[in-house]
Amino acid sequence: MEFSFYLIQLLNGIQYGFLLFLVASGLTLVFGIMDVINLAHGSFYMIGAYLAFWLTGIFGSLFLGIVLAIPLAVALGFVVERLAIAYLYKKGHLHQVLLTYALILIFDEAQRFLWGNDSHGVDIPAALSGSITLTDIQVYPVYRLFVSFVCIVIGVGMFYVIQKTKLGMTIRAGASNRQMTQALGINIERLFTIVFSLGVGLAAFAGMIAAPIDSLYPGMGDNILIISLVVVVIGGIGSIKGAFVGAMIIGVSSIFGKTLFPSMASIVVYAMMAGILIWKPQGLFKSA
Amino acid sequence: MANMSDNNIILRCQGLSKSFGALKAVNNVDLDFESGVVHAIIGPNGAGKTTFINLLSGELQPTEGQIYFKDHDLTNASPNKISQLGIGRSYQKTNIFPKFTCLQNCWIASQSRLKTSMKFFKSAHRDMEVMERAQRALELTHLAMKPEILAANMSYGEQRQLEIAMMLATDPELMLLDEPLAGMGSEEGAEIIELMRDLAKTHTLILIEHDMDAVFAIADQLSVMENGILLETGTVQQIRNSKTVQEAYLGEEETA
Amino acid sequence: MQKITKPVQLFLLIALGFALWFPSVGDEFYVELLINIMIIAIFAMSLDLLVGYTGLVSLGHAAFFGIGAYGLGIFFGEMNQYSIWAALPVSLILTALAAVVIGWISIRTSGIYFIMLTLALAQMFYYYFFESKLYGGDDGMFISTKPDVNFGSIQLLDLGNEHTFYYFTLGILVVVFLFLVMILRAPFGQVITGICANEQRVRSLGYATQRYKLASFVIAGTLAGLAGFLEAAHTGFITPSYLGWHESGNILVVVILGGLGTLYGPIIGAVALVLLEDFLPDITEHWKIVLGMIIVCVVLFLPNGISSLSGKIFRIPSQIMKTILRG
Repeated sequence: MEFSFYLIQLLNGIQYGFLLFLVASGLTLVFGIMDVINLAHGSFYMIGAYLAFWLTGIFGSLFLGIVLAIPLAVALGFVVERLAIAYLYKKGHLHQVLLTYALILIFDEAQRFLWGNDSHGVDIPAALSGSITLTDIQVYPVYRLFVSFVCIVIGVGMFYVIQKTKLGMTIRAGASNRQMTQALGINIERLFTIVFSLGVGLAAFAGMIAAPIDSLYPGMGDNILIISLVVVVIGGIGSIKGAFVGAMIIGVSSIFGKTLFPSMASIVVYAMMAGILIWKPQGLFKSA
Repeated sequence: MANMSDNNIILRCQGLSKSFGALKAVNNVDLDFESGVVHAIIGPNGAGKTTFINLLSGELQPTEGQIYFKDHDLTNASPNKISQLGIGRSYQKTNIFPKFTCLQNCWIASQSRLKTSMKFFKSAHRDMEVMERAQRALELTHLAMKPEILAANMSYGEQRQLEIAMMLATDPELMLLDEPLAGMGSEEGAEIIELMRDLAKTHTLILIEHDMDAVFAIADQLSVMENGILLETGTVQQIRNSKTVQEAYLGEEETA
Repeated sequence: MQKITKPVQLFLLIALGFALWFPSVGDEFYVELLINIMIIAIFAMSLDLLVGYTGLVSLGHAAFFGIGAYGLGIFFGEMNQYSIWAALPVSLILTALAAVVIGWISIRTSGIYFIMLTLALAQMFYYYFFESKLYGGDDGMFISTKPDVNFGSIQLLDLGNEHTFYYFTLGILVVVFLFLVMILRAPFGQVITGICANEQRVRSLGYATQRYKLASFVIAGTLAGLAGFLEAAHTGFITPSYLGWHESGNILVVVILGGLGTLYGPIIGAVALVLLEDFLPDITEHWKIVLGMIIVCVVLFLPNGISSLSGKIFRIPSQIMKTILRG
């Protein structure tokens, strides 16, 4: 009983950590490569979730909904980058904070305009709605395992792209030395557009697959944004590895925090971040 | 604590090294600087001269080795502590506050000699001692005529003079000058050389300079660096006669 | 600090005259609105000291506003009934302590890390009040009676009276403005404006810059706490959202909307934002989209804020005058 209880918490923590990793990896790349603070990153998680909700409602299938929603989200990322973010590359952090903050206001209100103030939910697809029996009374839902599995597949895919492909090489070069990348004659603007759109795609995808286990509500992007920022800062800005480790630390500790110290759960995460940063002001895996 | 057997030594480096990754920008330098002496460091571009100065002023922390200033171990001291101990520096790349006026630039430098600037009530410009020190620095550098001009609107040569004025306004005992003549016209340059001659009567100067005429005109001691290594050190005459140095560096200069 | 030019001085005096005169003729609704503007202006000026003069972009400034507000709630709410003589200093000391803690951790970093740290640490305080049963959790706290200022048994100020409260707030606004002008002209101000321009250079001149940054952070935090204290006294209601990061974002908008590093810019920004938030909802239910668009436009087309317009506005008439005189 005791053991399987902790096992479930651990599985939940890891699964939450994986979701955070999808959101935070895009955020950390945008920070590291483009030197842009994108506060609107959490909004894309929200948009992904609502797109999945909307398209699943129309087509009756979460899978079909997600397949259709991904290109929409990436396209949105592309448009936002071209119309607004592109202007920020030569600006200071202050203007980046302000402009992306304004984007949050716009996205949040657009969400209320389109889908209203009520909370919504998405049904778990029938094929994945079962549970695995751990003990007589403890079960674990298959869909959560599925989410972790999908995240692992994407994580491995991302690792492959970043380590083995030419695009990945450019991204790594950009994250460690921006001037160098420019000097090497790489089209930096195109790289930025690609990185930003991919980051948006990852965040939106996280929102889509999380939709059946998380409820959809106005302002849901804020929570995931702040927690992802914590992940990025703990891991070290620009480091994918750091984002992964940070996401796991925060994922597991916040789930255990909720069960062990329910009244102080949210504080645990921030206290941990403060502790890590007092120890290592540049995060755990600061690249160069 | 280093044994400064020769009482006249004001600054001592022992086995000083600084690495950036695989590159040893400063490699195991042992060097003593005598009080009241103008000591010039010369060497080709990329020899590690500016890195060396940055180690002395605390802007970089050495990878290995020690630095001693009088009775103080400077090895891992912060730039502000080193400044407070009486080591001032100027920068090769002009490092002034462009949005401050000429006087304000010297003012903030001069004000650093107050016990504390955690003063909230009295207007800064009413402190006569600070004001006098700032104005003296401007006079020495021939900038006293237009104290209210914005530093951004000064000519390049004037900005270089202001750079030195700011260092003077901190009233240092030892001055680290990183290419003070860089980019100056010959007239302004001559004024700065004159100023350095005057300062040398009462101060210790460590100087990086490419203009060999200027170096020979004011330096008492010379050190030659190349690839982070200290090739040779000695009086101007010794260095001129040194074969190693002539081959490595000075030779080209003199034939040129 | 930069000199406040003659036209701006004149403008500020006219604005002060208007503010002094207004309650005698103005509608109660607008008196209320002006109190709101003045409190936001104090809050925004405190942030300007940090962002505009010290160069520290904080995205957690609302934490201090909220702590100041809770200070009133805790020491003047249902649990305790201290006089304002005790409640105000205790609230300000609490805010200052929180600013020391957040500041000490954050100023060790810079750039993006500083922004993120101030944000995250402020959220920690937000969640503390959000989850605390003692202080009403997410329902917040009510203050049933308005504080009054007594000296012995003589009542000096009855802050329950709307007009008294108005002048009390106006007085504090003026004092805070003059206080900030004073410290910016003092040696301390020279150092922090230097840090804002080039911290490395200031350090090489011999200043322990971290101390000055921390001092600036604590002063700014404490003044934000003062604004929060007034807000709580004004509305009689405190919620954790006072500390939330949306509040921090909003106040940053106010500062930049008005003009960074000017002190009077934040006052203009406060007027602009409070008026927008008051009138936009009359036009559309989804007014936040419009507000967002306006902020985007300010960032894109008016990066130095509304106060930078003043130069342009004053220049145009003088140009016209010159042409007329010449003609």
